[in-house]
Parts: sequence; structure tokens; C-alpha cells
Amino acid sequence: MKVIAAYNIKGGVGKTATAVNIAYLAASEGYRVLLWDLDPQAAASFLFRVRPKVKGGGKALIAGKRPVDDAIKATDFDNLDLLPADFTYRNLDLHLDGERKPATRLRSLLTPLRREYDLVMLDCPPSISLLSENVLHAADLLLVPLIPTTLSVRTLDQLTEFVAGFGGNQPKILAFFSMLDRRKHLHRQIVDELPATRDDVASAAIPALSAIERMSLQRAPITAVAPRSRAANCYRELWTEAMKSIIA
Amino acid sequence: MLSVLREFVLVDDAQEPGNNLPQIDDPRFGIAAARKSRTIRRTWLDTFDWRLFRAGLTLELLAGRGTTELVLTGRDGAVVATEAVSAVNGSRPIRWPSRLDHLPAGPLRERLAPVVGVRALLPVTKATSVLTELRAVNADEKTIAVLAVERMSVTQPHGVHQHGVHQHGAQPRTRVAVIPLRGYQAQASKVADLLERTPGVAPATQSPFEAALAGADRKPGAYTGKVNVLLTGTMPAALALATVLGSLFDTVEANLAGTIADIDTEFLHDLRVAVRRTRSVLKTAKTVLPAAIVGKYRAEFKWLGEVTTPTRDHDVYLLDLPSMATRLLAATGQELEPFGQYLERQRASAYRQLARDLRSARFTSLSSRWRRDLDQIASTPAKRPLTSPFAARRIARAHRLVLESGAAIQATSPPRALHDLRKLCKELRYLLEVFASLHDPAQQWRAVNELKALQDCLGEFQDTDIQIAELRAFATAMMADRSAPATTLLAMGEIAASLAARQAKARAEFAGRFAAFASPRGQARISALTRA
Repeated sequence: MKVIAAYNIKGGVGKTATAVNIAYLAASEGYRVLLWDLDPQAAASFLFRVRPKVKGGGKALIAGKRPVDDAIKATDFDNLDLLPADFTYRNLDLHLDGERKPATRLRSLLTPLRREYDLVMLDCPPSISLLSENVLHAADLLLVPLIPTTLSVRTLDQLTEFVAGFGGNQPKILAFFSMLDRRKHLHRQIVDELPATRDDVASAAIPALSAIERMSLQRAPITAVAPRSRAANCYRELWTEAMKSIIA
Repeated sequence: MLSVLREFVLVDDAQEPGNNLPQIDDPRFGIAAARKSRTIRRTWLDTFDWRLFRAGLTLELLAGRGTTELVLTGRDGAVVATEAVSAVNGSRPIRWPSRLDHLPAGPLRERLAPVVGVRALLPVTKATSVLTELRAVNADEKTIAVLAVERMSVTQPHGVHQHGVHQHGAQPRTRVAVIPLRGYQAQASKVADLLERTPGVAPATQSPFEAALAGADRKPGAYTGKVNVLLTGTMPAALALATVLGSLFDTVEANLAGTIADIDTEFLHDLRVAVRRTRSVLKTAKTVLPAAIVGKYRAEFKWLGEVTTPTRDHDVYLLDLPSMATRLLAATGQELEPFGQYLERQRASAYRQLARDLRSARFTSLSSRWRRDLDQIASTPAKRPLTSPFAARRIARAHRLVLESGAAIQATSPPRALHDLRKLCKELRYLLEVFASLHDPAQQWRAVNELKALQDCLGEFQDTDIQIAELRAFATAMMADRSAPATTLLAMGEIAASLAARQAKARAEFAGRFAAFASPRGQARISALTRA
């Protein structure tokens, strides 16, 4: 079982859209996929029409009082299950802190699912916290959406440093340009220059497309409702690169 | 894997075939289309004597969209094993009936082997299903359950004649299976409740297999090689014997087509057992049934038994050959192969003659006259003796003969003495089986069990004796037609030695087996039946 986390310290960069579409693409290729919506905003749960509610809340889940298995919901798509968000996830750091090995608790919770799933996709909330440490311990790959702006690049640097200095498992990083608008000079400039200075930036990029924004109306991955659209093709390219990265 | 929560049938769909999709009248839930309909062909397979059914297994061949798959399920409907059987690498598709060794090697074949044994798998019933997948959704339009709608039309079974088959079609029936999605069992259960309350929808009481069998008017487990008649002690013995003989001839006829088509060796085996039982009953019946009838048919059934013997003898050898090969010490299994090929050729020749005999005018005439004469006996039976005292006398006499004959056998007695005792044991066994319905089942089981242990010992002794003699004859014939290399003859010699060792072991065990059978306790078991 491989674990990919759609992660960024910043919010509003396209993490959920990435998690949802990558999870769907993997499932459509026959991989058994679990998407864990760790964000209390519950956008991924909303997109799959799953009620953002976990019995006992995040506390029971983290404490192991409620098996992860019991909270999993099937989505409407073959091979793709969802562990929904819950509003109490906003206190996940507190709950994790109460555990004996707080930094590796997430990984422990995923261990029993190894036989059931080929891929776990984590849709992470924007932060750098105890939950982030847990994500680093659990993940094989961090998929980092990057809006081509100077501040975003600075955030990527911060994240890279954080991972490099991390004592435990060091997941690979695959950053990719998200919400790319080639009409903007700065976007074009960063897209042209950044890959020359870093080797962890994907060649695939996700443009700023209204079709992706419309996912919240259609409540389904764009890769499922419009599999031949430009957006879907971009996500497919990204999935191909992500897969190569985790099996390399 | 998703599992079915509840199943329903649409009871009115025969009248309204176009309107056969379920509806739910509740604002909290809705039904939406999911995938396009598809058609699959379903064939359920079992052995002629329903071994899978009796073991609680269901084997189905599913064909559709260019794929063909065998699916084995248990009593609870859970899948035990599956195997794709689509033609791959240019291999030929499996033709049914098929023996197990023609199926692809794998977990499914391994699971079937101990149940199916040497029998072939043949279609029991067939159906064509149109599958439509619907989605039950909640107020968020989230799918909570799949509704698998199946409109199944039973097609007639064809091929070998089967007991209890009436060739007529059946109305298609629509089944709806509610399959909850993970995490939505409670909501799916509510949908199932709503469906159940919908007019024209009823809970399914049969599995698709049971529904298909009912549609084909077939009763599972209908065939059994056992004597299956219900006698009463107060009925005239002539009527009882005519009933038994009629039932035995049912078995002969049930196995006739399978024997002629050479589907598997058990058809001939069951046919021969029914013939032997018939001969035994006729021998017993000479004081009850008209002497002319008994005399005439004893000769006819003797002929029928004899024409089946050469093929069966070869079958026994061929069935034993793989295990014989594994027991070889000096020789190799490969060296035995020319012997196997020789047996196959001889068997093929014997089988052709058997098929001719079973299609002959003599057999056809035997069949029709036998039925007619049995009907006549049954319609005007002699009033005396009654069945109970008659059966008791016959069993007591057969028992006494076994005891006397067995007691006379010493360590120095010739093999002939054991052969004769085996025949007497068979007669006693057949009487016990024929009149089983008069006895207490527990007492009957105990009596037959002890007799069976003695018979097994005698059978091993005589079978190995015959096999050694036959092996010599085969070796001579193979030498004569130069079809055996020296290594094969040496391997056959090793088999003869192994058979001789088995025979000696059986001979050594005989005294103990007979002593147990003839013990006061053993005698009391048979006597209990004749007193009842």
C-alpha cells in the first residue's frame, strides 16, 4: 500500500481537487483506493456527496475507540472509498497529542488497511503542525500544488527544508503548478525558471480552468464527468508522474 | 466484495414485461439508472447424481461480453472459487459434459475434486439473464445501494436425459437484489423495507439456481443410485418386489443414455449395480412371482450384466492406474504408459460393443416387455405372502448361509470359498437394501455397516485375484501384438506383485472381519431386522 498526501502549508491552492482527481484516476485503473479527507472543511467529502460525519468524531478515531474500517464509506465509483471529514478534525492536533506516539499515530491507523487498499490518498488541511508531522511519517509522496507566485515558491522552500530536517520517514516531494494562468507574466516566468533550479517539480501542470471550479456544482471529479477534457488530461499526466515517482 | 442484503421478485412482471423496474415512493430516496443493460448466459453444472448440490455447492458458468467464468459458491451464497475458462492461447473452449481434468488447474478444480471425483460435470439447467444495474440514492443523490435487476428466462436443459426433466419453458421472472454500498447498510435496509412494501414486489424465497431449477421443472437431488422405494409390511410381497424391480429398472434407464454417450464411468457402474440387484431380487422372488417370468428375465438380466462386464473391467483398471503408478518402486510411471494406452484401446473396443448391445433389439425388447410384465404383476399381485414375513424369511436365510459359508472357511481354504462367500454377502446386502424401508433406519445402518466391512475385505481379496489374472492375460496379449517394451512388462510385474501383497493382506484380515460379523452382537444386529 502506498500513501500519497496532497499537501501544502498554504490553503486554496488546489489540494482537494488534486486529491479527488488523482484518487479517482487511480481507482479507475483498478487500484483499490481510500481517500481520507483530513480537512475539517470537508470539501472532498462534499464532492463525493458523503456526509462529513464520523461517529465519535476525530477523537474516537485517533484514540482507536472506533476502528477506521467502520468509518469508511464507498463512493459512487468502483474501487474508491472515502474516509469522510468531521468538523471535530479541527482539533486533530490536540487528539494526536494525547496519544503515546503522537507523531506516528496516523501511520498506525492506516496499517490495518494495508491488505484492503493499494493506495491511500490524504487530503490534508493547510497547516504545519503535529498533523503535518503525522502526514510526513505516513506518506510515500507529498504532492504539492504550487500557484506560480513568489510567495508560493517561498512556501515550497520552507516545506522542503522542513522535510529535509525531519527526523523520521522522509517522503518524496513532487510539486506541480496549480491554477496556472499563462496570461499572467509572473506565472509564465516562474513556470519557465523554477524547474531549472529544482528537480522536484512535475512537468504536468494544472491550469486555472472554470471546469475544475465547476466540480463543486457537479459534485464529482472532473476526471469522471469529463474524462476527455483538458483538465482531466492534465490530472492524468500528473497521476502518471506521481505513480512513476512512488514506484521508482 | 459487495454482498446482497435482500432479494425480491417482481410478481406481476409476467403481465407487464416492459414495466419491470422497481419504484420507491419516499422523498428521502430515489432510484437512478446506473449502467447499460447487459445479457449473460447462465449454465448451472452438477454431476448426474447431484454431488455438488448434496455438498451444498453451486457451480455456475457465466458467459457474457466475451468472457466466460466458472463460479463456485457455498450454501450461504458466498463465492468459494472462480476460474476464467475463456479460450486462451488458441485452446478449445470446454465442451459440456466435461470431466474435471478438462477444467483449468487451479483452486476451483482443487475444491471440486474431492466432491466430484470421477464424475463428469453436466448442465443441470440453463438461463439467459438481462442484467440492469440501478442505483438507490439518498437526498444528496449519493448512491447508497446498487439494485441489481435480473430478468431471467430459463432455457431448457438439453443433452443427456435426466431424471425429472419435463421439457417446457418457463415465464421469465425479474429479481431485484439490494446490494448496500460500504457504510450505507442502514439506509440500504430502509430502501429494502420500502421495496418490500411496494405492491407487486415480494421477498425472493429461492436463489437464482433454485428458481432456474423450478422454471425447468427439475427437482435437485432427484437421482440417487440407491434403492428408493417405500414398502409396507402388510402389502403383498409380489407387489413389493414388482415395485422394487420397477425402481431398479428406472435406475437402469436413467443411466442408459450416459453410458451410451460414455460421459463418465459411473453411469455404467450404477447401471451394473441396478442389474445385479435385479438379478438378486429375481433369485429371491422365484416363490412369489410367476416362475416363467422369473426364469425368462433371470436369463435376460444375466445377459445384460455380462455385456457390461468387459468395459467395466477396463474402467476399473484405468481408474486405478494413476495410483498404481505412484506406488511403483523399481519401475517408473512412464514405463507403464504403453500399458495404459493398450488398456485405452481395449476399452474403446469393449465400449463400442457395449453401446451396440445397449442399442440392440434385444435390449429394447427386454425393456418394453419387462415394464409390461411388471405392470401386470403389480395390477394383480398374489395376495400371499405379505412383505414383512417374506422379507424376514429371506434375510434370515441369506444371513444363515453367510454364517455357515464363512464359518467353513479355514486358513487353507481355496480362493473359490471366499468368492462364494462374497456372492452370498452381496445377496444379503441387496435384500437389506431392497427391504430397507421396512426397517428402523438406525438398526438398518448398523447392520449394513458391519456387513459392508466384511464385503470390503472379500472384495479386495477377489478383485486383486481377478486383476492379477487379467494382468497376466494383458501381458500375454501385449507380447503377442508387440505393443509392450520389456520395461512395461517389468512395471506390470511390479504391479502384479503389489496386487498380490494387497490380496495377502486382505486374506489375513478376513478371519477378524468375519469374526466381528459373526459375533453374537453382529448376529443380533441382523436378527433385530428380521424380528421387527
